[in-house]
Amino acid sequence: MSRHPQLNASGELRHLLTTEGLSATILQQILDTAESFVGVTERDVKKIPLLRGKSVFNLFFEPSTRTRTTFEIAAKRLSADVINLNMAVSSQTKGETLLDTVNNLAAMHADIFVVRHNLSGAAHLIARHVRPEIHVINAGDGWHAHPTQALLDMFTIRRYKQDFHALRVAIVGDVLHSRVARSQIHALTTLGVPEIRVIAPKTLLPAKIERLGVHVYHDMSQGLKDVDVLMMLRLQHERMQSAHLPSSEEYFKYYGLTPHKLALAKADAIVLHPGPMNRGVEIDSDVADGPQSVILPQVNFGIAVRMAVMSILAGAQS
Amino acid sequence: MLLPDAEQLLAGLIERLRPVITTDTVIVGIHTGGVWLARRIHDALHLSMPIGMLDISFYRDDYSKIGLHPQVRPSELPFSIEDRKILLVDDVLFTGRTVRAAVNELFDYGRPACIHLAVLVDRGGRELPISPQYTGAELSLPGNSMLELKQNENDRLSLELHLSNIKNDA
Repeated sequence: MSRHPQLNASGELRHLLTTEGLSATILQQILDTAESFVGVTERDVKKIPLLRGKSVFNLFFEPSTRTRTTFEIAAKRLSADVINLNMAVSSQTKGETLLDTVNNLAAMHADIFVVRHNLSGAAHLIARHVRPEIHVINAGDGWHAHPTQALLDMFTIRRYKQDFHALRVAIVGDVLHSRVARSQIHALTTLGVPEIRVIAPKTLLPAKIERLGVHVYHDMSQGLKDVDVLMMLRLQHERMQSAHLPSSEEYFKYYGLTPHKLALAKADAIVLHPGPMNRGVEIDSDVADGPQSVILPQVNFGIAVRMAVMSILAGAQS
Repeated sequence: MLLPDAEQLLAGLIERLRPVITTDTVIVGIHTGGVWLARRIHDALHLSMPIGMLDISFYRDDYSKIGLHPQVRPSELPFSIEDRKILLVDDVLFTGRTVRAAVNELFDYGRPACIHLAVLVDRGGRELPISPQYTGAELSLPGNSMLELKQNENDRLSLELHLSNIKNDA
């Protein structure tokens, strides 16, 4: 197997599994293409014929209404046919293996699989086994990667801040369990962000995270100083029950983003969140709904970015 | 072969358009050459409405063969095209596939009153029932050649002919 199972022989993107190892050229190509699709989402007929006759299968082995819906809208705006499969309650419970399921669906002439799975590596596994003319998009696998979320974050940052080479970016929250954080760090690094900080309690940071080239902070008052971009992470409720955190109140006190803490960042800093937000846990409503929040624009950009990814993949030659 | 001077062709095309273009007409150029021409026609005729720009990459019929063009520029139509008279402008008319894609895209923005087509060069070789209303010149060129409009740093236009295996139809 080649080192980059995402690329074809001529170096074009044929699967999107992770932002790790993708060149700045490919990342910029996706962002540039997405820019054109933002225009499509703003006009009367929000549909273009690019993927007419193609079938996009949303394979969600883990429930996610929001991500699945944005992929569905993106595919429909490209004129593709979309088939949503809630795998959590279908064949998996009948004992069929993942690859048997995928082979079955491939036999129905799928063109693109959008895969969400609670196990890291599931999308890679599928990508390795499908016929070369089928394209796989990782919509989140375990704690590993969520590349389209990271790309829409990059798109949002570029829209508001233009040059990645002059930015100080802070990623705040549960980095340990976050596939989003890993994908963000790889994308930010490749796009040339000189200073990436992660801010979290020790229990929510993976060991040796510094190896990714990030600066580690455990204190918001130091970590947020002079930051241009704040990327908040969602704190999952199940972490409360485990030994990772004492309580959500205590987490909010130290790591919840309040207007007071946001004031430590640059005056024109922007705040991102992948959603769904836990108001009063990782983010205060005054910040989430405030003038520095770009959380709602992120949603619209997410559709354009997913349209860009699908149209680039489906156009790549097998 | 000796190619005509693009600036002279454009001047002739503008004179042909002057008596027929009314103030309620909008000019829409197809990226890239068509946008250069649209801008020049717009300035010469002192039109008040801004020009529109179309990148037809998302409407091409060869996407499944050659994939997405790496540099897609956003289409911009800064006006409602509903019931509008549109002058569509492109540099070279060949197979007609680009114009087909452009007309399809325009209809996704609304229903124009009419669309007329102006091209700098009509080189024949049509594969679709498309015909221009206004033409700078008609040229007969070998089928495997590519005629390209260029713009230098002083915005001067010129035509270049490449003899090669053409991939992209004009």
